[in-house]
Amino acid sequence: MAKFEYAPAPESRAIVTIRPSYGLFIGGEFVQSTDGSRFKTINPSSEEVLAEVTEAGEADVDAAVRAARKAFDGPWGRLLGAERGKYLFRIARILAERAREFAVLETLDNGKPIKESRDVDIPLAAAHFFYHAGWADKLEHAGLSGGSGQPPKPLGVVGQIIPWNFPLLMLSWKIAPALATGNTVVLKPAETTPLSALLFAEVCQQADLPAGVVNIITGAGETGRHLIEHPGVDKVAFTGSTQVGKAIARSIAGTRKRATLELGGKAANIVFDDAPIDEAVEGIVNGIFFNQGHVCCAGSRLLVQENVAADVIMRLKRRLQTLRVGDPLDKNTDVGAINSAAQLARIRELTQVGESEGATRWSAPCTLPERGFWFAPTIFTEVSQSHRIAQEEIFGPVLSVLTFRTPQEAVAKANNTPFGLSAGIWTEKGSRILWMADHLRAGVVWANTFNRFDPTSPFGGYKESGYGREGGRHGLQAYVMTGATR
Amino acid sequence: MSSTTAAVNARELLGVGALTNASLTRWLHGLPGVDHVGADGRAAGLTTRSIKTTSKAWAINTAITMIDLTTLEGADTEPKVRSLCAKAMAPDPGDPATPQVAAVCIYADMVPVAVDALKSSNIHIAAVTSAFPSGRATMAVKLTDTRDALRAGAHEIDMVIDRGAFLSGRYLQVFNEIAAIKQACAHEGTHGAAAHLKVILETGELATYDNVRRASWLAMLAGADFIKTSTGKVSPAATLPVTLIMLEAVRDWRGLTGAQVGVKPAGGIRTTKDAMKYLVMVNEVAGEDWLDPARFRFGASGLLNDLLLQRQKLATGHYSGADYVTID
Repeated sequence: MAKFEYAPAPESRAIVTIRPSYGLFIGGEFVQSTDGSRFKTINPSSEEVLAEVTEAGEADVDAAVRAARKAFDGPWGRLLGAERGKYLFRIARILAERAREFAVLETLDNGKPIKESRDVDIPLAAAHFFYHAGWADKLEHAGLSGGSGQPPKPLGVVGQIIPWNFPLLMLSWKIAPALATGNTVVLKPAETTPLSALLFAEVCQQADLPAGVVNIITGAGETGRHLIEHPGVDKVAFTGSTQVGKAIARSIAGTRKRATLELGGKAANIVFDDAPIDEAVEGIVNGIFFNQGHVCCAGSRLLVQENVAADVIMRLKRRLQTLRVGDPLDKNTDVGAINSAAQLARIRELTQVGESEGATRWSAPCTLPERGFWFAPTIFTEVSQSHRIAQEEIFGPVLSVLTFRTPQEAVAKANNTPFGLSAGIWTEKGSRILWMADHLRAGVVWANTFNRFDPTSPFGGYKESGYGREGGRHGLQAYVMTGATR
Repeated sequence: MSSTTAAVNARELLGVGALTNASLTRWLHGLPGVDHVGADGRAAGLTTRSIKTTSKAWAINTAITMIDLTTLEGADTEPKVRSLCAKAMAPDPGDPATPQVAAVCIYADMVPVAVDALKSSNIHIAAVTSAFPSGRATMAVKLTDTRDALRAGAHEIDMVIDRGAFLSGRYLQVFNEIAAIKQACAHEGTHGAAAHLKVILETGELATYDNVRRASWLAMLAGADFIKTSTGKVSPAATLPVTLIMLEAVRDWRGLTGAQVGVKPAGGIRTTKDAMKYLVMVNEVAGEDWLDPARFRFGASGLLNDLLLQRQKLATGHYSGADYVTID
């Protein structure tokens, strides 16, 4: 037994009330489905059923889009930016006040550690609403109005589909800019993580948001397809897999619908021989094991300079042995559950591929719980660019380690991927940071850090990681008719 | 050329024929840099650990056994030092099961008093020497200071490095001073075994984390048994990030040489919560081999009473107050 065992330190579930079943949030109210069905959402750390939710059918989606259109043509469309800002501030305040409740709910539904929902997801989500509340009455200064000095015109009804990895945070990245610019929203959360979006609907009611400005329709792929294909939707915003992103792009081709897509990644985390080694190891760990590796911009490839590779890998393996894998509601847990059986199967499949391709597998020794979906943090060394585990997004706590000799080779390997979402550079040499950042084909480049997000900082990718940016002034662009004013 | 044991070992470790300031500089400046933001982030991340119930009870008792109970005031007198020693032996008169502290930490001229006061216990006497706290005196004075403490019966010597010399790059001078005092500890003690040497880096004056790393490695190379953050007379004294860097240094030193050097944060650690943050850091950065009074100490005075209050609360279920812990 270890000298210093940390006793269980569970966060209480009592703060959140989960209803046995949920309808759809349309026109400011929770309503029953007309043509949909029902499905269950579970806690992936225990497989316990949390609630029954509705799978919206085509008629339900139509009702939601109509409600959004009515709100856009009606009260919301006539509001001054400053008034829209007040609603966003109110929503932000309520999120901040109910932060603990949201954090516990997010951990229950998603499987991520309470430490992360409490310290990262919920604060960033509230920050997004606070930030965009500030833009609502200053849009004429966003440089999007063609020099007219007037605020740019919103697009109308936006259909938004978000993934399961950061449910409330992804919701805030979508809804906050849409509302700030004067649009109305129909949002579909992921089928495995609907609960924080449904609680957010209650926040909209609590904030007295006019009916139909935000509509939440739960469901899976079919519901999403109905939303994307609906002729009443002016703009589509999607975050998820590249595969589905391509399907969406094909679906809307030839229509008036605009789209922004934030898709997958296979980011290179690049460690040079003059890196601050201990902090670089923390950055590697954060890059791929934060949120169990369910991060589009995860540093899933470690590119380490050959002359320090052995030392870095030794330190990394040693560090992984202090990662605590277990009950997500325990405040000392570092790595939680995999979000679903399907995702776990995919991770296992690709890890098996890695072994058969000839890479060397090492997993952190840990005791995994019996029930639930779990995967031990894993490292593959001796990986080459032509291995599938260096090319395909695993979306789990699995790191592929490659080496390089020169900065030029690091850039070439980092860019040698259809993706281009993010990258990390670890070196004490400032001039090299600037040179690398210039040459890396990635929408987000982190220097001596990783996975740092801020509402002011535009986020998005190159190449098959999608197009469009979220956050900052650039992120507003997707939600307005650039150059046209009211 | 220095002929201390440390110098001989250092030449071998560095792979040089002569230990010069240039060779020491190359070696120290070749250590990996510390990213300040990253180090602060790692230290902050470790403070999110929630230590409750049985682990909290263990941490409180362990922290008590790691305390160097300290009085380092110009106004110290014999009765003051006797009072400190009595507290060290019986921290909580209401609970004789309370563990004793590791040592008392006092000025060298008070050592005879402590020797007498602690004679029925195993508590060590640590004396601050080498012109503590400033370190601004000749080497002859610093050595005499140290020898006096050893001859009077100190088990442990807490010396200060010459920060002026360090900051102006005279690493060999800093090395030689530490090595000479280490040699005195080995030969001039009165307890049979060599006195153990703690080297105070005064991290608040070193300012950068890179300097803390370099000073840690220099001290260990010169023979330190413990590296210590601060005199407690300069602010900032001990901080979590600085202690993190020192824990990384002792961890990596053992990896390189097999020798295990201890760490002592001192100054500014006032509450049980603070102490537990340090223990978590020791546990997760250096490893549990350092969770022992032989390898980790707290330089503190007020901390002991907060630990006792928390200990009483765990035992009785309610929080008492300042009237239920004794002053030292």
